[in-house]
Amino acid sequence: MADWTLYEVFVRSKHGLNHKHVGSVHAADAQMALENARELYTRRSEGVSLWVVPAGQITASAGDEKEPFFDPADDKVYRHASFYKLPPEVDQM
Amino acid sequence: MYAQQVDTGAKRLKSLEEMSPEERHFQEKVDAEVRIEPKNWMPEGYRKTLIRQISQHAHSEIVGMLPEGNWLTRAPTLKRKLQLMAKIQDEAGHGLYLYSAMETLGADRDEEIEKLHRGEVKFSSIFTYPTLTWADMGAIGWLVDGAAIVNQVPLQRCSYGPYARAMIRVCKEESFHQRQGYEILLTMMREGTDEQKAMVQDAINRFWWPSLMMFGPSDANSPNSAQSMAWKIKRHGNDELRQRFLDQTVPQLEFLGCTAPDPDLKWNEETGHYDFGEINWQEFFDVLKGHSPCGVERIQQRKSAIDEGQWVRDAAVAYARNQERKAKSAA
Ligand SMILES: [Fe+2]
Ligand SMILES: [Fe+2]
Ligand SMILES: [Fe+2]
Repeated sequence: MADWTLYEVFVRSKHGLNHKHVGSVHAADAQMALENARELYTRRSEGVSLWVVPAGQITASAGDEKEPFFDPADDKVYRHASFYKLPPEVDQM
Repeated sequence: MYAQQVDTGAKRLKSLEEMSPEERHFQEKVDAEVRIEPKNWMPEGYRKTLIRQISQHAHSEIVGMLPEGNWLTRAPTLKRKLQLMAKIQDEAGHGLYLYSAMETLGADRDEEIEKLHRGEVKFSSIFTYPTLTWADMGAIGWLVDGAAIVNQVPLQRCSYGPYARAMIRVCKEESFHQRQGYEILLTMMREGTDEQKAMVQDAINRFWWPSLMMFGPSDANSPNSAQSMAWKIKRHGNDELRQRFLDQTVPQLEFLGCTAPDPDLKWNEETGHYDFGEINWQEFFDVLKGHSPCGVERIQQRKSAIDEGQWVRDAAVAYARNQERKAKSAA
């Protein structure tokens, strides 16, 4: 199986929801990856749609969860609704 | 269990003070129940222990298909055959979820399977026993999958994310396995001939002790277990899980109208648990050493399944290349 590609598998569990990563399969090509993923991850109607993506095509952020990469989000409290204090009369907003 | 006697390489536990800063950060995360993910730093021992445990677990799921596959063509009805086939297919799925989880640790699937074939790594002792009658399909689903559930439920909270998530998928499917097994036995006991009822009791007699052995010998004083617990790979001692399994199983046994091959099995009012007799651990260690009824045969079957399936994999690759070429020339 060394020459088979590793595909990451994403399942949309029902209409209206996002595809979610569930695991991976090895396959000779994308079509076979879809069929393998169907047998492996949706044996009990767990999905209405499947994506398979060659694992090598995914670019991921590296390392530990507390890394400078995510720092830019940390000091921007004004992006959250709770930052804006409004009088009680209009606070339902 | 499906992974028995997993070596952690630890002789004793390190205190937080003795750890390197990285190791300490890791341990504090584990203590705080933060899941460890593939790209996070982890001690080499943790990685190796997990590879050992998950590969053994995966091999057990895959080898575990063989004793049941033995009865597929002789299932008593089409309905039973379809059910058993679905159960066995689930086990293949369990093996694959687990191999995927193992690969996130940097281990190679083919290499680990090679190690199994060379006898360098183990699979669960339970799958070295032969399946002699149809009632064994019932006994395995009820007892063996039942014991597996007791072991796998706490693994859903294992500190390593991919293993824990694989276990959540596995546990969702296991209860069908156990119920279909019990239903096989219940049907035989309620509607069967005397001979068929005797078959049920015989299957229970043969699988009772091996099922209790699945949890492994007491690990109360084992440095490997202490390390696995500290890393939160393992959450409960072997004796505790065995007792939990026994306590839930005996009432089901009585409901069947069968008995256990254990004269010492009785309810203990004081402890609120069932007492049971001495387990023959020599048999367990013999099995792990390869002295078992079907151990060698199982590995042989796995090897030939892979060898004899080579042409299918070759054909799949040839087909994929052809399709690619056709798509290109059409474009
Ligand atoms: Fe399983
Ligand atoms: Fe199983
Ligand atoms: Fe199972």
